[in-house]
Amino acid sequence: MDRMPKWADVLLIPLISLTLAALLSALVILAIGEDPLAAVTMMVKGSLGSTYGWGYTLYYATNFMFTGLAVAVAFHARLFNIGGEGQAVLGGLGVAIVALSVPWPHWSLALAAALVAAALFGAGWALIPAYLQARRGSHVVITTIMFNFIAASLLNYILVNIMRPTGQMEPATAKFPKATHLPTLHDLLAPLGIPFSKAAPVNITLLIAVAACILVWVLLWRTRAGYEIRAYGHSEPGALYAGISPFRITMLAMLLSGGLAGMMAVNNVMGEAERLVLNAVEGAGFIGIAVALMGRSHPFGVFLAAILFGFLYQGGAELALWTNIPRELIVVIQALVILFTGALDNMVRMPLERLFRRRAGGGARGGAGGAGSSGSGGAESTAPKPHTRTTPIPGAPADEPAAGPTAADSPAASDPATPDGRRHPPV
Amino acid sequence: MGPADILTILDNGIEPLVELLASTIRLATPLLLACLAGLFSERAGIFDIGLEGKMLAAAFFSAAVAAMTGSVWLGLLAGIAASLVLSGIHGLASITFRGNQLISGVAINFLAAGMTVLVAQDWFKQGGRTPSLIAGGRFEAIDLPFATELRDVPLLGPLYSELLSGHTILVYLAFLAVPLSWFVLFRTRFGLRLRAVGENPAAVDTAGISVVRLRYAAVAICGVLCGIAGAYLATALQAGFVKDMTAGRGFIALAALIFAKWRPWHALWACLLFGLLQAAALRYQNIDVVGILIPVQLMDALPYVLTVVILAGFVGRAIPPRAGGEPYVKER
Repeated sequence: MDRMPKWADVLLIPLISLTLAALLSALVILAIGEDPLAAVTMMVKGSLGSTYGWGYTLYYATNFMFTGLAVAVAFHARLFNIGGEGQAVLGGLGVAIVALSVPWPHWSLALAAALVAAALFGAGWALIPAYLQARRGSHVVITTIMFNFIAASLLNYILVNIMRPTGQMEPATAKFPKATHLPTLHDLLAPLGIPFSKAAPVNITLLIAVAACILVWVLLWRTRAGYEIRAYGHSEPGALYAGISPFRITMLAMLLSGGLAGMMAVNNVMGEAERLVLNAVEGAGFIGIAVALMGRSHPFGVFLAAILFGFLYQGGAELALWTNIPRELIVVIQALVILFTGALDNMVRMPLERLFRRRAGGGARGGAGGAGSSGSGGAESTAPKPHTRTTPIPGAPADEPAAGPTAADSPAASDPATPDGRRHPPV
Repeated sequence: MGPADILTILDNGIEPLVELLASTIRLATPLLLACLAGLFSERAGIFDIGLEGKMLAAAFFSAAVAAMTGSVWLGLLAGIAASLVLSGIHGLASITFRGNQLISGVAINFLAAGMTVLVAQDWFKQGGRTPSLIAGGRFEAIDLPFATELRDVPLLGPLYSELLSGHTILVYLAFLAVPLSWFVLFRTRFGLRLRAVGENPAAVDTAGISVVRLRYAAVAICGVLCGIAGAYLATALQAGFVKDMTAGRGFIALAALIFAKWRPWHALWACLLFGLLQAAALRYQNIDVVGILIPVQLMDALPYVLTVVILAGFVGRAIPPRAGGEPYVKER
């Protein structure tokens, strides 16, 4: 095998990418005349140094777990759902309608209904892009970008013209009734005798997000549907040959993805603001991309990456409060993480693969052709399989051997479903 | 009622229309430049959803340099340079390292969104904006010859002196870029090769032409055009940079590109249409069309809705360049 060991793929590459992103971020901080070490110290103290800090870190992490899982599930089917932002906006609408229209007797009932509504609204917003991708080949990246903007306009219209209480200037819904107030971590930990900050917004949704991580793992690796999603993501011709319907998988993966993104709204709309405002999502849908890339699309990786980004968010807020470093530093770090773990993945991967091949090559070299064929094999494994519309998304198919170089060798024209060789026309 | 009276009535009626159309031209200009930028890149097989980020970076650096030096032309150069740097990153990720072009575009958008505010705060300490540009730091409106003399000619006068005259040089440049792009792409050898590399890079490679070099050239042209678009936003349309001032224009340009089905002349019409929508949304809050009230939010969303409809293939099919989005791996 000319592939590198699994631990290198799962741990080493993300670590190197992350280190590169961190180093560049430190340079950025230096360049604007601040001390990177002092900044990191302040971030750690502000986000992990008190239960208040932890409360915010985990609150943000809850958002990012949902949106990260959303992007990750779609990645497994080799779909890039960039529309988590819009789906979370619509999820918020679902939560607000549920919370305001029914006189809930108890928060647990309201929570259950809000979860269902958020997931349905989020999935509903992914429905049209999913269908257009599956049936008409309209590129899901572009349609979901468009749907983000449409969602923003739609919410603006609804808040201004329909759901705003009379006499209120601000485009926002009324405050949710008291009965829908979700217990915070403070409320949950108090009976156990563990003191936790009362002011922090982290709430019971955190547990739901963790459960969602576990459920997504079960779904992807322990169910038939999950197997089909992953098989389709690895090789569309292979999946077709196995009788897996691309239409069904595309719809399933996108609806799951939209539903997960929508569920984020339970945390930020019901758990924190307790009313629906404009721009409630605050970019969390996009952070899901960074989280999924960093977590290699694995639910446990997403969990860890979400906490890291929660830390960055809360730490960044502290920095903005006490220093001259604006909050946008986090956006830069986020961009660097996406760049290095996503787009520049090969920059880290190629030299490492070469290194491992050289180390492995000493003993097990088969014949004279070994060097040449393994060389081209390495290039192929990073090259796109012809059936895909874009480059493989790093992380998604990395945990198992890909369909193999044979898939890369067969011309796209042999794909029965794609007479023109392109099922999914790109952008 | 004599013919002179009819002309006066027409003239009075035409005034708001001319204003709306002039505003359309101004708002369509950045869209058009960014759309043509995307056209070059995507025709060469490199998808670019980072148009927004490149415009934003260019907007900031052009305004910043114009504010510091007092020269709008140096500002323009700085804007183009900033945009080219981001183009270089995109090229590195998607051509050299064969990464995912969409993810690279997303990263570039965030990089620009964060860096512009960070640097603006460091340089000017005004909460992520540049100081307002004064004379010399902005592109001034140009009066076409005889614009004042012809103003009083009925009907044609306002059309010439208000609609066509009185824009900045970048507006005329943007509109000139349309035939120029068409010529370069469809009437020169470079253009033929550029389009070929987006359709079938292997064939171009077989002909002994470097795929990598062609794609980098396309990405660089994209960077220059995005740079001009961004500089226009900050130094001509407005007087200075404010945080997130592109406000989704890069994505509207992308939408226009799909709407135009990757063709220069169609790009012009698509950008004018989307510019008109923006101008109308800016001018009127809610538009009353035969008793039905069209909310401003619908006007905002219309470019995106139209693009989805086009993408769905219900109104003619948008077929992108064949090799778009796929890195080229040379056969061994």
